[in-house]
Amino acid sequence: MTTIAELPPGFVDKVLSAQSTFRSVMDAMARPGSVQRIVPMAGTAGRMMRGTAAIALTLFDHDTPLWLDARMSESSDVTKWLKFHTGAPVVQDASIASFALISDGAALPSLERFALGTNEYPDRSTTVIIQVDSLDTGRSFELRGPGIDGVTMLQASIKPFDLFERLRINETLFPRGIDLVLVADDAVVAIPRTTRVESKGS
Amino acid sequence: MYVAVKGGERAIENAHRLLANARRGDQSVAEVSLDQISEQLGLAVDRVMSEGSLYDRELAALAIKQARGDLIEAIFLVRAFRATLPRFGTSEPVNTGAMRVQRRVSATFKDIPGGQILGPTFDYTHRLLDPSLGQGFVPEAPATAEASTAPTPRVTDILGRDGLIESSPQAEDGASVGDLTREPLNFPADRDLRLQNLARGDEGFLLAMGYSTQRGYGRNHPFVGEIRFGEVEVEFFAEDVGFAVPLGSIELTECQMVNQFKGSATEAPCFTRGYGLAFGQSERKTMSMALVDRALRARELGEEALAPAQDEEFVMSHSDNVQATGFVEHLKLPHYVDFQSELGLLRKLRKEFADANAPDAMKEAAE
Amino acid sequence: MNAPAYNFAYLDEQTKRMIRRAILKAIAIPGYQVPFASREMPMPYGWGTGGVQVTAAILGPQDVLKVIDQGSDDTTNAISIRKFFAKTAGVATTTATEDATVIQTRHRIPETSLHANQVLVYQVPIPEPLRFLEPRETETRRMHALAEYGLMHVKLYEDIARFGHIATAYAYPVKVNARYVMDPSPTPKFDNPKMDNSPALQLFGAGREKRIYAIPPYTKVVSLDFEDHPFEPYRFNAPCALCAAEDSYLDEIVTDDKGGRMFVCSDTDYCEGRQAAGHHGSLSAAPYKEKAGSHG
Repeated sequence: MTTIAELPPGFVDKVLSAQSTFRSVMDAMARPGSVQRIVPMAGTAGRMMRGTAAIALTLFDHDTPLWLDARMSESSDVTKWLKFHTGAPVVQDASIASFALISDGAALPSLERFALGTNEYPDRSTTVIIQVDSLDTGRSFELRGPGIDGVTMLQASIKPFDLFERLRINETLFPRGIDLVLVADDAVVAIPRTTRVESKGS
Repeated sequence: MYVAVKGGERAIENAHRLLANARRGDQSVAEVSLDQISEQLGLAVDRVMSEGSLYDRELAALAIKQARGDLIEAIFLVRAFRATLPRFGTSEPVNTGAMRVQRRVSATFKDIPGGQILGPTFDYTHRLLDPSLGQGFVPEAPATAEASTAPTPRVTDILGRDGLIESSPQAEDGASVGDLTREPLNFPADRDLRLQNLARGDEGFLLAMGYSTQRGYGRNHPFVGEIRFGEVEVEFFAEDVGFAVPLGSIELTECQMVNQFKGSATEAPCFTRGYGLAFGQSERKTMSMALVDRALRARELGEEALAPAQDEEFVMSHSDNVQATGFVEHLKLPHYVDFQSELGLLRKLRKEFADANAPDAMKEAAE
Repeated sequence: MNAPAYNFAYLDEQTKRMIRRAILKAIAIPGYQVPFASREMPMPYGWGTGGVQVTAAILGPQDVLKVIDQGSDDTTNAISIRKFFAKTAGVATTTATEDATVIQTRHRIPETSLHANQVLVYQVPIPEPLRFLEPRETETRRMHALAEYGLMHVKLYEDIARFGHIATAYAYPVKVNARYVMDPSPTPKFDNPKMDNSPALQLFGAGREKRIYAIPPYTKVVSLDFEDHPFEPYRFNAPCALCAAEDSYLDEIVTDDKGGRMFVCSDTDYCEGRQAAGHHGSLSAAPYKEKAGSHG
């Protein structure tokens, strides 16, 4: 058991670290497939990568219900750290979550279980943050869509293996849909619902 | 030779210096103090606190002074300051039934428990300008009497005991309180958000909207059940100590309108309510608010909603004077780029019109 | 008295988080207006509060900020907003389009092509392109949900029937990524083509109306038109009197009360850059230097 006093720290400089982290995430979302780096250092807990921790400190608060997968929540340190530093309420029902944190991609639930937004309010959808093994080695993917000048390549080792096939629901759901943020250590790639991903093998 | 206009920065600085001087006026005349504003222009302070959504007499007085007496500008100053304040939580609902009333009138009953109390009011003054006020007037000391210990229950509670008026909806325990300054507004909006919007709304706008219902645009047959003005305690439930702690007291005006009854095959007819609440003494505001609140309940009460005051989107989108004044006044910002685009289009259309109607064009068309 | 103490870039962190989340969703759904809990700012609604909130949420100490109004860095409201950020965020400011990382604008898109390391933030008065056809939010929201834009086409076509042209000269509606009809803010339609496939991220903030929307880089932006009446950007047919540019949007300057007119670039940075590079128009003059004691 960790007491509050023993919890790893948040950002040293809350204001500027949050700004810098946000710009990395914003650039990632605006340029799908591009690998952005998260510079500010913060403490982290359990299986949470430092990139994930920085994103949590930057975007989560009382107003953002949060869903954690089983592996992420298996350590009470993670929930304690998140509660203490962000105040975000952890919910069991993924369909009301603003954000979801996935540590074990292989056990990713069906994407339809998350909030997909409505046609009137497509923004009311879950941003799913998945921790992956690598965002510079592994299988190759071709990405197309807004934010991409023609086509861009992404090399990544991710689970679940069929993540991008599953993400095809975005094509028919639009403007509803799921926006993905992939994190590997301090590297971040975003795949918003407008991005079309094709596997090019390894 | 044409030179592009520059020097805007200096112009702004100079304009603001000039403003500071205009605000001070003739410096041989004594400067007005915040205490003087708070004490002697108390109703202006009340309005700025209400529509500024911040209970602080000193800051409201400062805003009035800084705004040269322009109350909408003062409200704007208070709002901009308020937006930067941290939130600690929500107070317990205030109990206006336990108000230490300074004034309390009902139009529905001749006498009521606790009595009718006129209190400080313009009512029944003859509106004759009083030159003595311009010459160091010292008022006669107020008449005093033994303080009454009789309770002053709300008239609507008395009606409610007999089931003659719809019951006032009670909030569920722990239910979150809507706040349109923290969450974007969606339509249709619940009554808590509507009342918040009206409480912040411009007094003049609400007055006109309320007035329009009386003249037949969404008539709802109102009676003033009660207007009361006085002090109430504000309490805050502190989680660490486990009970509600008093934060202090504030002055409020509350108006409860008793409106035309409704009923159905399954429900006995009963009166309905319209509600108004404001900081300080603001009777015009709370009465107008109560009329508009009732009008906005049209759909909920199964009435046809055709009049402007019954149109929630119309009322809520236009009641805020800080929004309204900003957007109306933004028209004085430069628009010459879009105007130029419009000018170009208009010249083109006029030329085409002239060409089409020129004598030789008509001749050609005839050939 | 409660003396005010303000945060970096004015907004408190909770407000910034809320705006940042809205910006991310806006980017993910190009052209869709994300509702956000716009705050009361220390400048009036309608004077750029939406743009200011977006800029405040993205701005960092490394940024270089440019603010323009009507294409010019020297209009009073542009100066006022630039000073606000110089004071509250201590950021470097510039008038050079090329050097800026964040450009906040009202009514224009700079003439100089934007690059990938830039964000263009628009101040938006009425974000809803359908508003002048249908005043109700409940209705327009439904129309966007169903992509039911027939009413807009009917309006544009009525213009053609009456005037022979689409009679919209500014705030000319566009379709973003083949889905949402979007208001580009009151820019002249001359600027519309610059929004298409831009390397820069474009963010739109409407403070009073509480909406944020976005066009990601390299996104298709099409001005609404008809096959037989294609979209045409308007430009007065003359070179700039100061820098002789033939490709810039021009301000019309009234020079006397006898019908005298001259036309100069609305984008002052572009015009000055061209003059510095040796381009001269028929009336070019040395830039006026501000003198102590001068007044506007």
